[in-house]
Parts: sequence; structure tokens; C-alpha cells
Amino acid sequence: MPETKFEPWNDPNEKPLIEFRGVTKRFGTFTAIDNQSFDIYTKEFFALLGPSGCGKTTMMRMLAGFEAPTEGKILLGGKDIAPIPPNKREVNMMFQSYALFPHLSVWDNIAFGLKRDGKDKKAIAARVAEMLKLTRLEKFANRKPHQISGGQRQRVALARSLAKAPKLLLLDEPLGALDAKLRQDTQFELMDIQETTGTTFVIVTHDQEEAMTVASRVAVMDDGRVVQVDTPDRIYEDPNSTYVADFIGDVTILSGSVTPKDKGYELRFAEGQPTLYADSDLSLTDGQTGYLAIRPEKVAVSPEKPEDRRNALKGKILDIAYLGNLSTYHVELPTGQVVKAQTANTRRLANRPFSWEDEVWLSWSDSAAVLLER
Amino acid sequence: MRRAILILVPYLWLLALFLVPFAIVLKISLSDYNLSIPPYTPQMDFSNGWWQGVKDLFAAFDFENFIFLTEDDLYWKAYLSSLQIATISTLLTLMVGYPIAYGMARAPEQWRPTLMMLVILPFWTSFLIRVYAWKGILSTEGYLNQVLLGIGVIGEPLTILNTNVAVYIGIVYTYLPFMILPIYAALDKMDGSLLEAAEDLGCSRLSAFWLVTVPLSRNGIIAGSFLVFIPAVGEFVIPALLGGSETLMIGKVLYEEFFNNRDWPVASAVAVILLLILVIPIVLFQRNQQKQRESDG
Ligand SMILES: Nc1ncnc2c1ncn2[C@@H]1O[C@H](COP(=O)(O)OP(=O)(O)O)[C@@H](O)[C@H]1O
Ligand SMILES: [Mg+2]
Repeated sequence: MPETKFEPWNDPNEKPLIEFRGVTKRFGTFTAIDNQSFDIYTKEFFALLGPSGCGKTTMMRMLAGFEAPTEGKILLGGKDIAPIPPNKREVNMMFQSYALFPHLSVWDNIAFGLKRDGKDKKAIAARVAEMLKLTRLEKFANRKPHQISGGQRQRVALARSLAKAPKLLLLDEPLGALDAKLRQDTQFELMDIQETTGTTFVIVTHDQEEAMTVASRVAVMDDGRVVQVDTPDRIYEDPNSTYVADFIGDVTILSGSVTPKDKGYELRFAEGQPTLYADSDLSLTDGQTGYLAIRPEKVAVSPEKPEDRRNALKGKILDIAYLGNLSTYHVELPTGQVVKAQTANTRRLANRPFSWEDEVWLSWSDSAAVLLER
Repeated sequence: MRRAILILVPYLWLLALFLVPFAIVLKISLSDYNLSIPPYTPQMDFSNGWWQGVKDLFAAFDFENFIFLTEDDLYWKAYLSSLQIATISTLLTLMVGYPIAYGMARAPEQWRPTLMMLVILPFWTSFLIRVYAWKGILSTEGYLNQVLLGIGVIGEPLTILNTNVAVYIGIVYTYLPFMILPIYAALDKMDGSLLEAAEDLGCSRLSAFWLVTVPLSRNGIIAGSFLVFIPAVGEFVIPALLGGSETLMIGKVLYEEFFNNRDWPVASAVAVILLLILVIPIVLFQRNQQKQRESDG
């Protein structure tokens, strides 16, 4: 089976399902969303990622219709959704608190939306049965929400929001209340369901791993602004700012003035230290401040200075965090800055070459680090 | 041992404050009318020994007074009329109380203690005086008529005082807090996102209210209704002060038997039947409370 890559955002002929056009949302004088424009495509699993209070829920509530943008427009399938009340939108939301109706059984909770559409009894029963099967809740159909576990409740909430087969499904921190193991299982379950149903999902999360796991694209938010929208791997490998680089995964950032050289720039980050080099497409002026973001797993640790790499720094091991399959070394440079390096633990404990206070060399290739403008 | 005492205390309480008085009333209801002090016979007479005294007492008991209640249609009419007035007033109290409770639960957080205070405030003055005040409001020359005449809504004063309407107004006014508080408690607990979820799934505001808000405040509605209905059935002061000759309520009948006719045995029989009638709603009320505790727990 030939697999075509799913990336409608790169296809100029593709029409986005959702378009944010200069959307601003203010509560009184407080600006929760600040003039944002971005698109979400059909069948995407789109993640909004950001720290608490950055405006993720507000974004969702505008899509669901519980808040109206103060300025700008949101288009769904090309049409402005502002005049459409929440009960008429082809959008369903899975609430952060699940918001299951406590007086109704699991079955009735799932059937609630279908009944409002005035579907006939048979069609409703068939659809509810389908949803129960999809979320593996058949055995609990007659229970009330308070008689099932947290994980099951979360699946009821999902089934209820999926039942009406909305064009767009909004998930506001759907897995927040689950423990780590269940969370992971459910993430994969969500991806399965998204693939089976072909619904467009927008998921809110403040957990970067979750966003990276489930999403086709991730929008990283900061203080009412979307800083970068990109695929998980590009967000990780090619962040557009130190904020994104720092928010996603572990990173060391060194700043200094840059000088163009070869296919990139040379960065002078501290007096008496060798300059560092990184390939880059940015167009920076000579002497401008640049930021070098280096992922720990791209940094090699060696007892001797490697001859084949121009990025090599000497330091002292400050700390070793043992993570089982990996170890993270915190290496202090003579300037006091700390660079993180990560290596795979392929050997048993006794054979590890480095320990605390050891003098080591850190090195990385020309293309390993990302040069950032801000 | 401590457990036993802890369990015993409420039972002793119940025994002293409910069962003993009830036994006394029941005993009087089985006795006969007599012109004496106290005005009934037989009295306890233990001069021939304790056991003989009890035997004599039981031998003299009969159901004459209860049979009498079935013979005069005043009594069952009074019971029925009381139940009817209590039912109508309960519905009216619900209709007035629900919107108030709803408004309180939707009010900004910082206002709620004040609103709650306003609901409870009337309890700080005497119930009797407050009902009396309604006479001044509802009478033909009262404030209500003066205002209505003044703004020209009516040409002639309305006769409200000394009718059942005045009794309804009195009961609704007096028992309103008992309706508001349990409903408010239920609405206050309700998660606001449930209404958003209902709207999200296709409900209008109104249908979300009927499908979500009302069912979720059901226990509050039931509790409030019983808290109004049960005392309203036996209400005496309100029909006595605000009602007229047409107002027939069992509380008034009871009062007249005791104090005007001084027929304690018949009055006691009236009271015993009233209690038996009220056992049904009281049991239902308890069941509702129990269910609520279970669903909360
Ligand atoms: N109804 C509201 N009134 C005033 N401020 C609000 C309201 N809703 C959200 N905010 C503010 O908007 C900001 C973004 O909130 P929210 O979208 O809930 O953040 P997130 O979901 O990312 O944690 C927060 O600072 C919050 O205090
Ligand atoms: Mg939120």
C-alpha cells in the first residue's frame, strides 16, 4: 500500500477547514488572544500547546461558540462562524472537566446530542452502540457517571462528543486527570479513533510529550500568541525561537554575536572560549546577537578533544542524571555556563567511562545546533 | 460503650420530644369528654395497684372520637381542604422560589452571602408579627389597595384579606425560605459547564434548562416542597389571621375543638389523624433526603 504523506498545509490547492483571521479576544482590558491568524486542515490532529494561562481554552471556546472574538474572524469551511450559536455549530467539544450529565446513564449521555437532532430511535440506538463499541464501554452503558472510573468517564466524554460526527472535535486537556500509563494508552486510542472516524481534532494540552505524540501539527502558544505552527519533528528540530526550543524538550542555549562563515554563522559566546559554528539559512548581519540551541542528544562526550569537529568545548562534569536507557550529563564550562549532553547507556554501570568532576570534551557537528534570531 | 451512648442520645431525644407527647395525645383521643379538669376521663388511677390501674385505663378506652370524626363531614372536608390549600400553596411557593434560588445561584460569587442573608432575614422577627403585617397590606384600606388605586390599575379596592387568596399569600411568604434554600443548595452545586455541554450538543438555552438544570435540582425541589407542604397542612396562624369564614383548615378546627369547645378527646383524635396523614409525605421526604445523601456520597 503506497502511503502518501498527510500534509495538506503544504498543498496550495487545499482549503483549510478552520481559518483564524486576525483574531483578538479581550476580557475587559486584558488581552487573552492577540491578533492571531493560522489555519487548521480537514482530518488534522492539531495540538495547541502552551503553559497554563496562555489562552488555549479561550481559543477552543471561541471555536465552540462560548466566546466571540473581540476582533477578527474565524471561518469554518470558508464561512464566518460568529453568527452561529454553539448549538448550531458542527463542532463538538470534550470538556476539560468532562461535563458528563450526572443524572443520565452512560448510554443517555452519549445519546443526548443525537436526541436533540430529532433522529429516530433506531438510528440513535445504532449510533450509540457504535460509539460504545469504539470506546469499549459496552459493559457500562447503564451505569451513571459516578459509578465508573476516571478513565471510563473520559471515554464517555469522548464518545458523547464524537456521537454527532462533528466536522471538528475540540478536546480541552482531555487526559489531564489520567495517570501516566493510562494517559499513554489513551493517546494512542485517540489517534486510532481519529484515524477511524476521519474527524478533525483540535487538542489542547500543556504536556509537550502528549502534543508531540498525537498531533499532525503543533501550535506552540505563549501569552496569547501562537509562536510557531509546525509538525512535531520540525518543532523539535527546527524551532523558530528560543521560546519554542526551550518549551519543547531539553535544550542548551548559548548566545553571542554572530559572523557569517561558510554555509552559516560563527558565534562568539564568551571571552576565551572557542567560537561555535552552525549551518543556517537565516540572514543575520555581522555582529548581531544570535542564539544557539543545542539538543543534549546531539552532543557527544569524549575524554579527548575530537579532531574532526569544529564545535568542541572543554568542561567539567557537574551532574549525571541516570534515566535507565539514557544518561544526561550536565557539564560546566570554565565560564560557568552549563551544557547538557545525553548518551545512550549501551554498557553496564561498571564500564561507564565518566564520573563526577571529570574533565571532558563536548562536541557536535556543523548541522547539529540551530541558530535562532530571538 | 461510647458508641451505645452516642446511638442512645438521639433515641432518647426522639422518645422525650415525640413519642411521649404523641402517646399522651393518643391516650386522650381514646378517652371520653368530661366536664372536669383535665376535661377528659378516665384519669390514671393507681390506688388499687399499678397493674389494676393500667387494666382499668385500657378497659375504658374506645374509638368513639374517631368514629365521631367520620360522622360529621366538617372534619374530612377540613382535611381535604387543608391538603388542597397546602398543595396549591406549595406549587405557588415553588413557582416563586425557584426563580429566586436560580437567580441567587447565578449571581456573582461576592453577592451570594448577602442574598442568602436577605432570604433568612425575616426569621429574625416574630412570625406572628410578620403575618399580622400582611393584614395591614392586604385589607381593603391596606397599602396594596391604596397603591393600586393610586396608580389607577383598579377602580375599586380588591377584597383579598379574609379569603383563601390571603392564606396563599401568607403561606407562600412565610415558607418561601424553606423552598429557596434547598433548591439554591442544589443549583449552587451544579457545574456550569454542564449547560455549555448541553448547548454544545444541540440544546437551546431553554431546553438545556429543562433537560439539565431542572433534573439536577430535582432533589432540592422535592425537599423544598415537602418542607413547605408538611407544615402548611397543619397551619393555624395564617388561616386564622388572614383567612375568612370560607377558609377551612384542619389547624383551625383543631384549635376550636381545644379552646372553644374544650373537647380535648375529639381535638386529640383530629391531631392523631393529621399526624397519620402527614406520615406519608414525611416518609417520602426522608427517602428523598436519603437518596440525595447517597448520590452525594
Ligand atoms: N471569562 C474570563 N474573564 C476574564 N479573564 C479570562 C476569562 N477567561 C479566561 N481569562 C483569562 O485569559 C487567559 C487565558 O485563559 P485560558 O484560555 O483559560 O488559558 P489556558 O487554557 O491556556 O490555561 C488567562 O489569563 C485567564 O485568566
Ligand atoms: Mg485551559
